[in-house]
Amino acid sequence: MASEIVTEQQVKMKPKKKESQVVQVFRKLIKNKLAVFGLMIITLQLLMAIFAPFIVAYEPDEQILEATELPIASEGHWLGTDNYGRDMWTRLVYGARISLVVGIISVVIGLAGGITLGLLAGYYKRLDGIIMRFVDLLFAFPGILLAMLIIAMLGTSIVNVVIAISIWSIPGCARIVRGSVLSVKKQEYILAMKSLGAKDSRIIIKHILPNCAAPIIVFATMRMATTILSTSALSFLGLGAQPPSPEWGAMISAGQDYMWTSPHMTIVPGIAIMLVVFAFNVVGDGLRDALDPNMEYPE
Amino acid sequence: MEQLLDVQNLKIQFRTGEGKLSPVRDISFQVHKGETLCIVGESGCGKSITSLSLMGLLPANGEIAEESFIKLDSDELTGKSQDELRKLRGNRMSMIFQEPMTALNPVFTVGYQLREPLYIHQKLSRKEANQKAVELLDKVGIPDPKKRVKQYPHELSGGMRQRVMIAMALACKPSLLIADEPTTALDVTIQAQILDLIEDLKQEMDMGIIFVTHDMGVVAEIADRVMVMYAGEVVEIGEVEEIFNHPKHPYTQGLLASVPNVEDDEHTLESIPGTLPNVNEKIEGCRFHPRCPLATEQCRKQAPPIFHVNENHTSKCWLQEEANINDKSTTTS
Repeated sequence: MASEIVTEQQVKMKPKKKESQVVQVFRKLIKNKLAVFGLMIITLQLLMAIFAPFIVAYEPDEQILEATELPIASEGHWLGTDNYGRDMWTRLVYGARISLVVGIISVVIGLAGGITLGLLAGYYKRLDGIIMRFVDLLFAFPGILLAMLIIAMLGTSIVNVVIAISIWSIPGCARIVRGSVLSVKKQEYILAMKSLGAKDSRIIIKHILPNCAAPIIVFATMRMATTILSTSALSFLGLGAQPPSPEWGAMISAGQDYMWTSPHMTIVPGIAIMLVVFAFNVVGDGLRDALDPNMEYPE
Repeated sequence: MEQLLDVQNLKIQFRTGEGKLSPVRDISFQVHKGETLCIVGESGCGKSITSLSLMGLLPANGEIAEESFIKLDSDELTGKSQDELRKLRGNRMSMIFQEPMTALNPVFTVGYQLREPLYIHQKLSRKEANQKAVELLDKVGIPDPKKRVKQYPHELSGGMRQRVMIAMALACKPSLLIADEPTTALDVTIQAQILDLIEDLKQEMDMGIIFVTHDMGVVAEIADRVMVMYAGEVVEIGEVEEIFNHPKHPYTQGLLASVPNVEDDEHTLESIPGTLPNVNEKIEGCRFHPRCPLATEQCRKQAPPIFHVNENHTSKCWLQEEANINDKSTTTS
């Protein structure tokens, strides 16, 4: 009993700080300055997307024909206007909506597929070969080519971009999940759960999946960056959002004919894409460190 | 005493790259209600595999051979489907493991894990299960159980975690408890507490216990009967006093000679020469003969059958045949 009494006292001596793991991870995350910068940009984009109609003075496709190709810092149009006289700031804000929605939906679909395949492949040795060969097959295509192939089959539209990018997210996620499952399922607590009579489905969903959460969270964050970049790339190539949609990639595509006369038409959405992709990447990096219990942080 | 578990001719096979291996060859034993059977032997002699096979938890490439027969109470376990076995696990037979550090899931609270067997087998509601979890923690001697159910495994000491494991295993009042070296990873004072706890709970619940260990000190503490295994075979079974005072098999004698003795200054520690043979090694005759100081020509050629020393004591050694013959001649003359 002696040693247990000691531990009991030690517990009592500590000031009452029983914070959830989410709070602990967040605390670690905000010690990383780059990640904080990333979080700020993501929050900004989120606010832009949610409150779009309230923070801009125009409609995204409202044309003011007497004010075309206004440069940056013009009166009433602080980011200028494009060749049709549409306000760049307005289009940028509405574009944030598109890239965020496309990003979230395709990451969620991709995760759902990838997690399911990864859990099955990792847990059932019989399925491992088949599933992972299918995943290898998907990996064999360069990502953007795979997406283009899928769009070529389904036709060009933003919905098909979501489908294509979701499918492209599946193999990476499946591999990561499978790897974690392989290491988690060997743990004694899984055997202990089996010895208590838990069904496979219960073990996989309630006991293995939560132990794989950290790599999945990191993957999802990083994947948001790739997804936003790919959506823009596909739209730039004319395979995704079609004009007059204010999608950022489509805006760059429309602006490239006016590169010499109005460079801000390409530079503004270009910087927006760059910042957002950068933000998701650094937050993903920060999360990876914050979720790693072996990582020591200087106080 | 009423018989609880009957194991006959248990043979376990593993399919591997080198063909079929048998880490457990043809062993038979019984466990009665309210009795502790200790399985002792070196690492790799098949102790743990035997206990896993009883639970139906062999790895995917392992199987129980067809001629084997396992009966729990009146239910024959061999031939049951995985799903039928699953309903017995945690309910009528439970297991506790060696490493309390790794046998609890680090991402869930103690209470969450304690509720699992109650959800699975008794379909309790969350509230009932939570109350039962607190009662169980109290029963295994954890102070302040209401606070403890909300804690994570890393907030508990090794001994406490082992108590939680025991509480989980006993949640549904099983009639058979298999303990696979539950005290090996604990320090000695905690070890004694856990052994006492298991003993108390055994008497309270009238369970049969199979206690796997390689620590002869623990055996002396807790066993009613002892089963000594060597290289996948049972070499000697007997009551604990018999095994300690009159070991018949040279391997058991060797095991006992390799236990330090504090009281006797003259006592010299002896080790058994050689190492445990590989599972795939073919040994003619008795499997222990290459390491046996008393091996004879017969031992090298012919595997010994099981000889009875008395009603409850058997030894798988040719020496016993000789002893039995001598006994008979002295009694008849």
